[in-house]
Amino acid sequence: MSIQETNQLLRFTTAGSVDDGKSTLIGRLLYDSKSIFEDQIEAVKTSSEKKGFDYVDLSLLTDGLKSEREQGITIDVAYRYFATPKRKFIIADTPGHIQYTRNMVTGASTANLAIILIDARKGLLEQTFRHSFIASLLKIPHVIVCVNKMDLVDYDEEVYQKIIKSYKDFASKMEIKDIHFVPISALNGDNVVDRSTNMKWYEGPTLLYLLENVHIASDFNHIDCRFPVQMVIRPHTHEHQDFRGYAGRIEGGIFKPGDEVKVLPTGFTSKIKSIELDGKPIEEAFSPMSVTMTLEDELDISRGDMLVRPNNMPSVSQDINVMICWMSTKPLAGRTKLLLKHTTQECQVMVKEILYRVNVNTLHREEGVEQIGMNDIARISIRSSKPLFFDSYRKNRQTGSIILIDPNTNETVAAGMVI
Amino acid sequence: MTQYYLSHLEELEAEAIFVIREVVSQFEKPALLFSGGKDSIVLAHLSRKAFYPSRIPFPLIHIDTGHNFPETIAFRDELVKELGVQLIVGSVQKSIDDGKVREETGANASRNALQTVTLLDTLEEYKIDAAMGGARRDEEKARAKERFFSHRDEFGQWDPKNQRPELWNLFNGKKHMGEHFRVFPISNWTEMDVWQYIQSQDIALPSLYFSHQRDCVVRDGVILAKSDFVQLKPNEEIKNLTVRYRTCGDMPITGAVESEADDLDKIIAEVATTRTTERGTRADDKRGETAMEDRKKSGYF
Repeated sequence: MSIQETNQLLRFTTAGSVDDGKSTLIGRLLYDSKSIFEDQIEAVKTSSEKKGFDYVDLSLLTDGLKSEREQGITIDVAYRYFATPKRKFIIADTPGHIQYTRNMVTGASTANLAIILIDARKGLLEQTFRHSFIASLLKIPHVIVCVNKMDLVDYDEEVYQKIIKSYKDFASKMEIKDIHFVPISALNGDNVVDRSTNMKWYEGPTLLYLLENVHIASDFNHIDCRFPVQMVIRPHTHEHQDFRGYAGRIEGGIFKPGDEVKVLPTGFTSKIKSIELDGKPIEEAFSPMSVTMTLEDELDISRGDMLVRPNNMPSVSQDINVMICWMSTKPLAGRTKLLLKHTTQECQVMVKEILYRVNVNTLHREEGVEQIGMNDIARISIRSSKPLFFDSYRKNRQTGSIILIDPNTNETVAAGMVI
Repeated sequence: MTQYYLSHLEELEAEAIFVIREVVSQFEKPALLFSGGKDSIVLAHLSRKAFYPSRIPFPLIHIDTGHNFPETIAFRDELVKELGVQLIVGSVQKSIDDGKVREETGANASRNALQTVTLLDTLEEYKIDAAMGGARRDEEKARAKERFFSHRDEFGQWDPKNQRPELWNLFNGKKHMGEHFRVFPISNWTEMDVWQYIQSQDIALPSLYFSHQRDCVVRDGVILAKSDFVQLKPNEEIKNLTVRYRTCGDMPITGAVESEADDLDKIIAEVATTRTTERGTRADDKRGETAMEDRKKSGYF
């Protein structure tokens, strides 16, 4: 088998609490796709018995840390893996309560797809809004809304239709490109992997079919060429005396040898001499490939610089507006100095102003707030100590995202999306 | 027309190379923890690709328990020569001789837990501020919550409840004096991905991974190789079995599986149908439900 012959990778996120049946759903996907091993099932059976349950608690498969097992809740983001003959999947399994918004944002940052669970008996809840808002804020390209526990409403089509209608009404206010709906019972496996015989009225695909077939090839930006230089490779060996390669990951567009490129911030232009990895030439490089590029001219280029096409420039500015999710227990006030990381750049920033906070349950803007607390979503303006080369997050999730770091504690205190 | 998307192995490779390059860019003295197992061999291969035509700009560190398979050591020395990298060996025997740790006794004695002390001492001696390892999140439940960049305090400890959030591909390697990072570039790979990658790249492996004849003893369902480090209990007997290894740890704790798979195609077919996890053969993980989490907190890989 060659490296190209293998399947595509889909990263998805699930948010929810034990009550939604989230862990049961993940357990079901892993179990029905035969991704759970016998010794794992044995361990879960033993734990379930120890706790006095008369059923095998599949949520024990996903709750890994000691404190989580003791409390029966998911605290952190846990990553799970399974594969079918069609695709390989990475699940970012996150807790759903409001105090874990930051974990949901973390899981959503790398996801192509989000699964949102709605309990058929309860309909849309506050947390449905919250999870959907986060998916929209983090620009997850695809959303699958699973109306779960259909077995508990007698597989009634009317209940399902009512829920998806109210969801559509509310989702129209958000930016979600691609939404699908599936009625399921995670506990019994209806429409998860296998088609349900209990819901003949539903003619759409199963959840797994959607996961396997949703079109993800266009999730990366292949239009606007962006190559942030990660490091410079200079071997200084006899055979490669003059080799000067720029290593990094393509974060947008398609680069080819011969293309004219412009270097930011210097503004010099040159042509791509070669694109390679491990000494093997690459004809076309696109996101998310890691490559090494050489240029026709010897230019002064270092980490943090960006190669772009001269006729397609990112924004270059020291003043940016971002939506942030605050992740630290220590609140953010205006006029605070922090460190910023953006692509391969790092610099100091000053938080100039907190413009407003978003109520994640109602989506209302709250203006005039002086502090931003943990798990708050807010729009702020910042000024950086040097120019940043960025796109809006809507246009490019890689060149439009930042993290903020507290210079005293070194903790990551915020995730930010450039507006 | 060209298809502008990567296969899952290409995407995982690109991600791992990005992380390895990020380590070299963000840290002063990184190193690769090399166990001689397939995951760290893949890591060495990815490192070579990441910096080509330069040499790998960091040393390999091997924590030698003294209980290694001889095949592992021979393979290690060959690879180091081929890559032209520096090899640092931390010796558990030396930690024992220096009185820093005490050897476990009894029939199930192992040096697995002792490694942590030797590892932390070695990192300190060489002032390593980022130690890359081949651990994967699919291996064990505590590892499912591990970050790519995993912060360790000045005692080398992991605090799972106080981990930094990790967003997009923006990795925060900031630290105070005396602290260090463990970095896991192949976090998102599964056992199957590793095998498929080894096959697609034609990566050489120690012979242990392929089916061979070996004198073994079966203990608590685990097939252990006959060696000076495994003491027979009463009623136990040596059997000659056709086995191979799925992981490559110390001789006294790494179980073999009975297998006829003597090439990569057969191994991949076996991995695809096997119904137990690869660490299911590891006696060190069977010391309690949270054995791995507890060891990780104190500074294990």
